[in-house]
Amino acid sequence: MRYELTRFPLVKAVLKNRWPQLVVYTVMLSGFLLAIMDGLVGTPVGNQNYAIVFVWIAWWAILILAAVPFLGRGWCAVCPIPLPGEWLSHGAILAPRDGKKPWLNLRWPNRFRNIWSQNITFLLVALFSTVVLTTPLVSGGVLAAMLMVAIGTSLVFERRAFCRYLCPVGGFIGLYAQAAPLELRVKNRDRCVQCAGKPCYNGSAAGYGCPWQVFPPGLTRNTYCGLCMECLRTCPHDNIALNLRPFGADLEKPSRRMDEAFKAFIMLGAAMIYALVLLGTNGTLKSAAYSVGSLTWFGYAVGSLVFILSILPGFFWVSVRMGQLLSGSIDPMRHAFAAFATTLVPLGLMSWIAFSLSFVLTNATYILSSLSDPFGWGWNLFGTAGITWQPLLTTLVIPMQVLALVGGLLWSIRIAQKVSAETHITPLPVAIYATMATLTMLGLIL
Amino acid sequence: MTTPRFYWLLFELAGLVIAFFPLRLHFTEPQEQEFRIYASQYAYSPAKLSVNPGDTVTIELVSMDVVHGLYIDGYGVSVTADPGQTARLTFTADRPGAFRLRCNVTCGALHPFMLGKFQVGTNTLLWRAIGLSILTALAGVFLFKPPSQIKTA
Repeated sequence: MRYELTRFPLVKAVLKNRWPQLVVYTVMLSGFLLAIMDGLVGTPVGNQNYAIVFVWIAWWAILILAAVPFLGRGWCAVCPIPLPGEWLSHGAILAPRDGKKPWLNLRWPNRFRNIWSQNITFLLVALFSTVVLTTPLVSGGVLAAMLMVAIGTSLVFERRAFCRYLCPVGGFIGLYAQAAPLELRVKNRDRCVQCAGKPCYNGSAAGYGCPWQVFPPGLTRNTYCGLCMECLRTCPHDNIALNLRPFGADLEKPSRRMDEAFKAFIMLGAAMIYALVLLGTNGTLKSAAYSVGSLTWFGYAVGSLVFILSILPGFFWVSVRMGQLLSGSIDPMRHAFAAFATTLVPLGLMSWIAFSLSFVLTNATYILSSLSDPFGWGWNLFGTAGITWQPLLTTLVIPMQVLALVGGLLWSIRIAQKVSAETHITPLPVAIYATMATLTMLGLIL
Repeated sequence: MTTPRFYWLLFELAGLVIAFFPLRLHFTEPQEQEFRIYASQYAYSPAKLSVNPGDTVTIELVSMDVVHGLYIDGYGVSVTADPGQTARLTFTADRPGAFRLRCNVTCGALHPFMLGKFQVGTNTLLWRAIGLSILTALAGVFLFKPPSQIKTA
């Protein structure tokens, strides 16, 4: 069941035209550069600094509570981080120019054409996140570093190698984009077979070849499509559609990739650890997570890595193996493990939503005050600088969190049943695993 | 004759009962409760307070390092203590449930995450949530069963 949004001429015209996108890009890039500057020179008090408040409260809320669940990679479509590098790499800001590409344009090494690098970059950020999320100088430095790496990558490698293979945020957005009710797909693959030159991948005068290194006719999942709309511009046969679809449509056909499976464990584990450290009451744990370089921090880091990379996958492996033994399945364990890991996508997404609701609604009033005084220098641009901190919707937060987690559990068991139909392995042990994970999150949040 | 839709209806009814059935778990007379809480970056000690509904609660907040505050979600009451000083807050715990204690004075980098818990009566929401999760898991396992699985199970 699909509903094509690009059937409306106005929608299609807006998406194909580069100017609306450029306007959004410009706003986003300005905000991003302001966040970097603010982090570096603004007040060191996190909850009064725009870099912290706008990036880790406002942007994060929009990303995890709205953009990812409903638009999938919608954020990637307007993300400012790859822009300067891409403009340099293209030698143009808008449409392609004729002539030789000005930079190296090397192909990303085959060995690294997976999301293991993104798993590592996310884990690195996660281990330092208590400092990154609360210390403006570090936050600004991390944002600046991401911009620099993105520029460097664009000058050396072809297309959006940074977004596709390195961005720590892009990795999990891709994973959870599978759950979103929005997709970009070709309308008729037969038409693509006959298409000469494949401009959607190779580019043409109308636009760039897919910056995300995806061959659009082969798109079956949202994971690696950045919704940049280049293929909509380059397709000479009007064969690209942006569709509305049921939630989680991509999860019907489970991935068998181990890098994606581990991304699911990393995200679920990180949500649990964040809930324990940041929403818990244990001050020693908070201090350990914050004291980067200290012995206690190493303990926290090692404990987190062991939990995320060994304990969570280990119990999951046992669950899948038990299912295999109970069902007498001959499906290779590695395949079954990776396929069943798809069930963690809704569970992880809903865990992140539940976790984020807590601190986003609690700290939302800081957005208004930092809007008036972004650097914490005593300005009052919009008369909101003096707004007193007040947590919002405190009585609704917990019921919403419970609904999110219970809904995520039901959704993940549904996916487990579908994976079961493909692998012929009973989903019962995985359903128990998902239930235990949900109960753990409930215990941490309530 | 029973159909999957019938079972779904049963599960949904059970879910509604778990979520909303009124529980009367409070049998004690209201009392006066006093707590002395030590606040330091970024924790309260003790971090968890439990009282009965109707109790008159007095909190003495002692700040051990910088200025700290204590705000109670759901009650909207707060108190602030200067370093080395003690501040008092008295109120009636007339809303049952589990609430967060939060520092409401910027006290350092992890200030937004300086939290405690205030429980009035039994934390029924937690038990309801656990019940709903288990019910959801049962419903998911037994009602979503695909045809291919019927043979192997």
